[in-house]
Amino acid sequence: MAGPTRGFLGRRRRDPRLPPGQYDAGRDWPVLTAEPTPRIAPETWSITVDGRVESPTTWTWDEAHRLPRSEYRGDIHCVTTWSKFDTWFAGVSVDTLLEAARPTAEAHFVMATSKTGYTTNLPLEDVTGGKAWVVWEYDGGPLPIEHGGPVRLLVPHLYFWKSAKWVTRLTLLQRDQPGFWEQNGYHDRGDPWREQRYQGD
Amino acid sequence: MTGWGTATVAGVRRPVPQAVELRLDVHDRVQHLPGQHYVVRLTAEDGYTAQRSYSVASAPGDPLVELFVERLDDGEVSTFLADVVEPGDILEVRGPIGGWFVWDGADPALLVGGGTGVVPLVAMLRTARELGRTDLLRIAASTRTLAGLPYADELLAAGALVVATREAHGIRPPGRLTAADLVPLWEPGQTAYVCGSSGFAESASRLLVDLGFPAADVRVERFGPS
Repeated sequence: MAGPTRGFLGRRRRDPRLPPGQYDAGRDWPVLTAEPTPRIAPETWSITVDGRVESPTTWTWDEAHRLPRSEYRGDIHCVTTWSKFDTWFAGVSVDTLLEAARPTAEAHFVMATSKTGYTTNLPLEDVTGGKAWVVWEYDGGPLPIEHGGPVRLLVPHLYFWKSAKWVTRLTLLQRDQPGFWEQNGYHDRGDPWREQRYQGD
Repeated sequence: MTGWGTATVAGVRRPVPQAVELRLDVHDRVQHLPGQHYVVRLTAEDGYTAQRSYSVASAPGDPLVELFVERLDDGEVSTFLADVVEPGDILEVRGPIGGWFVWDGADPALLVGGGTGVVPLVAMLRTARELGRTDLLRIAASTRTLAGLPYADELLAAGALVVATREAHGIRPPGRLTAADLVPLWEPGQTAYVCGSSGFAESASRLLVDLGFPAADVRVERFGPS
């Protein structure tokens, strides 16, 4: 560990809502995507829960909207060091989808897959108990496509690459497998309060 | 993934306005691949830290790691690096990072950069020169003005197509990159590397996909506020 950097003062006042190494992006919402943005019509979108479940289930756009509405109001944190306070998303709780699909006793992890083929892995306990959503609304309007619209995963207590844009599938797994960024050096869990940015953190 | 280490600042240059080029002697350095980045972490006397990622411009064979830093007026890290850092300073660094936006040095690639988004593409160009394989690369760069484009001379010397959006360039009027610009650069088997601001990356990657370039072969690196 190096000591202080010569001449660096840093910001004097620090918001306690910021995890270590993060800054407040204010009203900006940076876009970070490794692939071209896909164009997805809501009528052709669906979400499937499969893998280690008793009842693999697929919901269309209309079917998903008939499920109980659930909202998240709070902060989000990107591994590239911006955080955004007081966001407001709405959609359906992942708990609701899992209640229908019924994970088996062997299900311990989830692989989320996007329309683009993007994947990210999560421990099952990080998407249950009111901690994760499948969302189609942001700030009272449709979720913009560059932010993952029509529908993205939202797991706000983890770094935001876990909140897969354009999500179409949640596959329950017995053993953890690395997703897209996780194969490329990023952490398997990604807790911003523990600064789990890269493999080995 | 490598942990945090240190680097001695060996050189500081300001080749274009509002930017600084840092040449770093990275201690216990791990060789990078072109397209990867480093994280720089600053620590205040009271323990407060701030960290940001910067693309590497140098090739793996360069004894120093060259980072190109755009100075953002409200950027607490970039203003420090641009205004305060001097040769001899020790910086805390971590890298190389990133396994996706990298060129393997063996397959044909179409490089499309906007503004400071050319930096990782310059690392790819320099790597191609080291390998004697510049024939594998086709390069297009977009900038507001030629004077504001990092590594402009090096890109032009390599035959890059450079378009300026705010000034005439040769016989070309000011304007954005178009599909007609990209068609002659497109060759079978290429992977496209698109890097720039979010707006540039979005429009350039869309141009490629609309031309018929397979979306799965387009790798995108975005930076800066949306």
